[in-house]
Amino acid sequence: MSATRSDSDASVTALDDHVERRPQTTPAGVALTILRWVVRIVVLVLLIDVVRILVTSKTIEWGTVAHYLTFGQILSGVLTTLELTVAGMAIGIALGVILALMRLSSSLVMNMAASGYLWLFRGTPLLVQILFLYNLASFIPRVTIGVPFGGPTLVSSDTNSLITVTSAAILALGLNQAAYMCEIVRAGILSVDEGQLEASLALGMTRRRAMRRIILPQAMPVIIPPTGNNAIALLKDSSLVSVISMKELLYQAQLIYSAQFNTIPLLVVVCIWYLAMTTVSTIGQHYLERHFGRGTTRTSPPSFRQRFGRNLTSILRPGRAAEGVGA
Amino acid sequence: MTRPPSTDRPLLRLCGIHKRFGDNHVLRGVDLDIAAREVVCLIGPSGSGKTTLLRCVNHLEVPTEGRAILEGELLGQYTHRGRLVPLPPRELAAQRSAIGMVFQHFNLFGHKTALENVIEAPTQVRGVSRKEAVGTATELLRRVGLADKADAYPRQLSGGQKQRVAIARALAMSPKLMLFDEPTSALDPEIVGEVLDVMRQLAADGMTMLVATHEMTFARDVADRVVFMDGGVIVEQGPPNQVLTAPTHERTKRFLARLL
Repeated sequence: MSATRSDSDASVTALDDHVERRPQTTPAGVALTILRWVVRIVVLVLLIDVVRILVTSKTIEWGTVAHYLTFGQILSGVLTTLELTVAGMAIGIALGVILALMRLSSSLVMNMAASGYLWLFRGTPLLVQILFLYNLASFIPRVTIGVPFGGPTLVSSDTNSLITVTSAAILALGLNQAAYMCEIVRAGILSVDEGQLEASLALGMTRRRAMRRIILPQAMPVIIPPTGNNAIALLKDSSLVSVISMKELLYQAQLIYSAQFNTIPLLVVVCIWYLAMTTVSTIGQHYLERHFGRGTTRTSPPSFRQRFGRNLTSILRPGRAAEGVGA
Repeated sequence: MTRPPSTDRPLLRLCGIHKRFGDNHVLRGVDLDIAAREVVCLIGPSGSGKTTLLRCVNHLEVPTEGRAILEGELLGQYTHRGRLVPLPPRELAAQRSAIGMVFQHFNLFGHKTALENVIEAPTQVRGVSRKEAVGTATELLRRVGLADKADAYPRQLSGGQKQRVAIARALAMSPKLMLFDEPTSALDPEIVGEVLDVMRQLAADGMTMLVATHEMTFARDVADRVVFMDGGVIVEQGPPNQVLTAPTHERTKRFLARLL
């Protein structure tokens, strides 16, 4: 068919009814392939070495790790960490939705209040917020609910009796989280086409009902993934409240190793538990995303197992995964 | 197919509707009466104010001036200390529930199936039991020829099917008046017919309809009256034969000439 073409281009093979283009071997290509294999081997050796250090290290004392992994005090710390995360996220989501609606409202006062809140809580470190809230009593001695500017008082309480270690920890984590959730929820709401609100109003729904029944459910696919990331971040950041001696996972470990001097094994225990919790959360997040994705995609996204299987395949056969990026 | 109005009082009365968006004066005083069971087609070039006029009827846009009255009831406003002030959201919502609206871009609820789209307002706004609403919705979906698509999500439907579900959704509130905002403008030409057929049937069943459209054939065949708008005012109106074939106004002639 194309004798002239085969003559001019050695890499094209002529067949009966078509020609095939063949990959060309160039010195640069060969060098790149060798380099790729060298990098792979170096990374593999490094990985093996890390595992060897972890397994054979004298300071880790795997026996001690195993012992403390299911130690009562540690388990109660794990439970407290989970409670802090759930409570912090609950406050964060509830307040975050309110803040998002305030930011989207046409009222200038609402808008400014929400923006000010965001500015304050996103602009200062969480650790400082925790310490500040814990020491709130020395700043605001009494918390009073009543008519402002000298009006009658309805409820009044000593700040010290309101702010305990637990309430300070939960509040600080929740209030901080709310600032981040606000932006996530706002982005989610804005991602929903305005026609959805108009159709709801035209059918006789109030704005509030339209928000709850129509807008927010459709904002979920946009809201869930970053919320999951935030929840996982909060799970880890909850270790910060150990500075106000909240007895969560890290603080419990610190209590043990400050008495027993087995610092590294207990920090390994802490890491194992955090990894276990974040791993489970990641899987949970995936199924949540699948649930709220219905109606927005024609087919369901692959399940976690399918996705994991695919990743595993590409790890085991690096050549295939690298093909797309090849020379 | 002109049907005489059943009562003297119009079903919908629009009086001196003005709408300004900043400096943009979109509607410049529109008066329009629509009798019960009447089908009125609004035609006119893009930007003539057809869509804005429809949206002023159910107060998706609040008119800068003027009043919309449905069956003698002022829409979206009430007199307080001698001045017209906006009605609270709950009351406005109740009034809107009696006016069906079909949008150019369908605006079906994407997270709900066709059936759920249709039963949403009756169950949530009217408090109809789910069982009863499903019964009505199934019948409405059958009427628009989509009985077999009840469990399909909007993403799985074609444009024409979406628009027919949207019509069923509006009908589920048994509206006194249906507003159609260029219902076929976003559809492929070969699909337009299936939506127009549903609207034809609706007109034959005696629904009062105000339709903004570019479908001149539909206007000629179905409308009792054609209203030509340009520059935010009604230029001329009358029976379809008169307006579409023998327009008296120069602007109408120019507009129709461009279409042919």
